Amino acid sequence: MPSIHCAARTAVRTVFALLAAVALTACDSTALQFRNTDITGANFGTDFSLLDPEGNTRSLSDFRGKAVMMFFGFTQCPDICPTALSRATEVRKLLGDDGQHLKVIFVSVDPERDVPEVLKAYTAAFDPDFLGLYTSVENTRKVADDFRVFYRKVPTGGSYTMDHTATSYVYDPQGRLRLAVSHQSSAESIAADVRILLQTASSRP
Amino acid sequence: MKMKIVASLFATLVSSATLAQVAVTDPWVRATVPQQKATGAFMQITAPADARLVEARSPVANIVEIHEMVMDKDVMKMRAISGIDLPAGKAVELKPGGYHVMLIDLNAQVKEGDVVPLTVVIEGKDGKRESIELKAAARPLNSSGVMPMHKH
Repeated sequence: MPSIHCAARTAVRTVFALLAAVALTACDSTALQFRNTDITGANFGTDFSLLDPEGNTRSLSDFRGKAVMMFFGFTQCPDICPTALSRATEVRKLLGDDGQHLKVIFVSVDPERDVPEVLKAYTAAFDPDFLGLYTSVENTRKVADDFRVFYRKVPTGGSYTMDHTATSYVYDPQGRLRLAVSHQSSAESIAADVRILLQTASSRP
Repeated sequence: MKMKIVASLFATLVSSATLAQVAVTDPWVRATVPQQKATGAFMQITAPADARLVEARSPVANIVEIHEMVMDKDVMKMRAISGIDLPAGKAVELKPGGYHVMLIDLNAQVKEGDVVPLTVVIEGKDGKRESIELKAAARPLNSSGVMPMHKH
């Protein structure tokens, strides 16, 4: 047991060191006020190169100046994807005028079926400002791995469905990954956190 | 739930004597965008005696399955299941985040406001099967299922 305690203490020290480093570099005293999971300093999901439905290559830096909420899913999903996107619609409403400073991105884990027209119509059904992104089947796996997103095809009745990570990610306007948002999080909690990210960004010199 | 009462008007129940009191309320289908080939149907079912939902059919889809959504840590999984138990007198909900009827290989886009014919097959303890014909209203793709009549 002592070794476990020792390891735990080391881990705690490491976490404190990391937090201190983050606080120093980001001058961010609001880090502990988030209602969703703070993953500031995460070394994954730093950027992507994906296609929008018009065929343009998009990367995270295209949205600098806006908070970004990103979710991986597929359009044939009857349940959790529409729920997550409806929640994102609600978050933008709760933000009022600040809603325009939140970009919502839906990344397909099913590019074989989520052809550009379907992807575009699907995201637009929630909010015309939402952006659906995709890439080749091979690159989809790479991007998902980069973002620690799991997905898997599951055969069902002559067709297939997808198991996939239901977590949404939130980036601050500087393009840094800040929050992991559970599928159970409320629109209110996300809106509150996004507001902090937007205010922190705008108050910075 | 006033909404449920209002929405239950959409439900047309045709059932026979043995299961005359199986109540299906608020059946709805999530609308799709063109070329989207699958969607979900939701409802509440209350059986007077222990029974089981064993099958669903609809002319709008070539394949209809009963699915369960489960979360494995942060991963969403959907699985076809053989049926859903309907304990006597208990309202069993098919709703986002739980059970749904999966409509696969749709023949056409399901548009908001469409009325989607749906048949659910309920099996009693005695093994007798009864079909209940429903007319499910197609709600907008962005319906949460919590506020059925909510429009944006």
